[in-house]
Amino acid sequence: MSAAHGILPLVLRDVRFAAGGRSIIDGISAEIASGPATIILGANGAGKSVLMRLMHGLLQPTSGEIAWRAQGGERIRRGQAMVFQHPVMLRRSALANILYALELARVPSAERERQATEALREVGLSDVAHRPARVLSGGEQQRLALARAWALHPEVLFLDEPTANLDPGATREIENVIKAFDASGTKIVMSTHNLGQARRLGDEVLFMHEGRLAERAPIVRFFSQPASAEAAAFIKGESPWA
Amino acid sequence: MNALGEAALGALGLIVSGEPALAAIVGLSLGVSLSAVALATLIGLPLGAAVAVGRFRGRRVLIVLLNALMGLPPVVVGLLIYLLLSRAGPLGELGLLFTPPAMVIAQTVLVVPIIAALCRQSVEDAWVEYEEQLRSLGAHGMRAALTLVWDTRYSLVTAVLAGLGRALAEVGAVIIVGGNIDGVTRVMTTTIALETSKGDLPLALSLGFILIALVVVLNTAAHLIKEAAQRRYG
Repeated sequence: MSAAHGILPLVLRDVRFAAGGRSIIDGISAEIASGPATIILGANGAGKSVLMRLMHGLLQPTSGEIAWRAQGGERIRRGQAMVFQHPVMLRRSALANILYALELARVPSAERERQATEALREVGLSDVAHRPARVLSGGEQQRLALARAWALHPEVLFLDEPTANLDPGATREIENVIKAFDASGTKIVMSTHNLGQARRLGDEVLFMHEGRLAERAPIVRFFSQPASAEAAAFIKGESPWA
Repeated sequence: MNALGEAALGALGLIVSGEPALAAIVGLSLGVSLSAVALATLIGLPLGAAVAVGRFRGRRVLIVLLNALMGLPPVVVGLLIYLLLSRAGPLGELGLLFTPPAMVIAQTVLVVPIIAALCRQSVEDAWVEYEEQLRSLGAHGMRAALTLVWDTRYSLVTAVLAGLGRALAEVGAVIIVGGNIDGVTRVMTTTIALETSKGDLPLALSLGFILIALVVVLNTAAHLIKEAAQRRYG
């Protein structure tokens, strides 16, 4: 996808989000440009998931502005995909789950089968294409969620703690698919509280603390010289051996 | 031998002999109730799903109303349909009163709220799980609703069966709009009511056995299908 026709950058201006009288996102301004894989890092409850949902358009900010470069809701929607912590699969085959997504994206029906098969191959699930999606293991379902996103060829892929419920083997497989996405030019925006994963997959870090953007830095500098006290404490707390 | 024993023996004799009048009554019962449930399913599932997924004014009132209408008294439905279809009524020209189609209409009205209300509950529970994913993929409104109906299809079998049980078992609506005419609109429940009051207990009881057996067989089959499907599709 050429940058000239892309939907990025995504610009957030003083975005706030409150629910039930409690402030969850407290004035975040940032620009998300194409290129580096962005890791949204922070403790549980820092607001990572909510921020991703705001960016993806699943939630509307209480105040502030979230703007893509491109105009037009449909175009913006189709330029992005999201993989959730708990993948939701329909009660139909793995292949049919991808075909469903392609149909919603108005991909011509003649194209769907080929794109879906290719996406399954990309994540190593060709063998289970005709198995019911809901009886696949957790790791396989998450890879299927990635295949579903892959088939859509998004410009931006949001991943909300995609390996939080998976064992190390499945986690490694998911990370490999994410790296392939990154290598293919898809902009990765991923939340995690796993520092090792952030190092393995990220180019830059947005560090969140209590609904605010506490620090933004390239990945190496973030870990070697965190600028904020919160980030330093988080890195220390999450890796007690350091 | 007591009266129940005699009646039971007579009933078995009637069932075994395959009495044509009995078969006709059972056939009409099944025809009317299955037609009504088919129609009510076509109306009730999209209606229930739309209420589950939709966000519109009066939605909560509609949910309470649908739940309340599950307990609609059959005789009242029968009376309302009677008034609509009677010669002086707004639909009197159709000449449907005291025909099987009138019975289908009445039972459809009885069953739609049951299927719609149970479907609304299943789909709304599923919507909690699916909403973000479906919105992320761009499924909105009726499209999302129908996706959820298909995905909760095994639970919805129960809703449809509840409707069928209601239709097969009710007597109040069909007796008013059908008239219980021998050989034309006489179904199992109306025959049981009539024959019991006339004292022909074997016929009444044999129909009772058949009615119960039908309901049990239908529910067993549906249960087995549902279990097998859930094992297979998760």
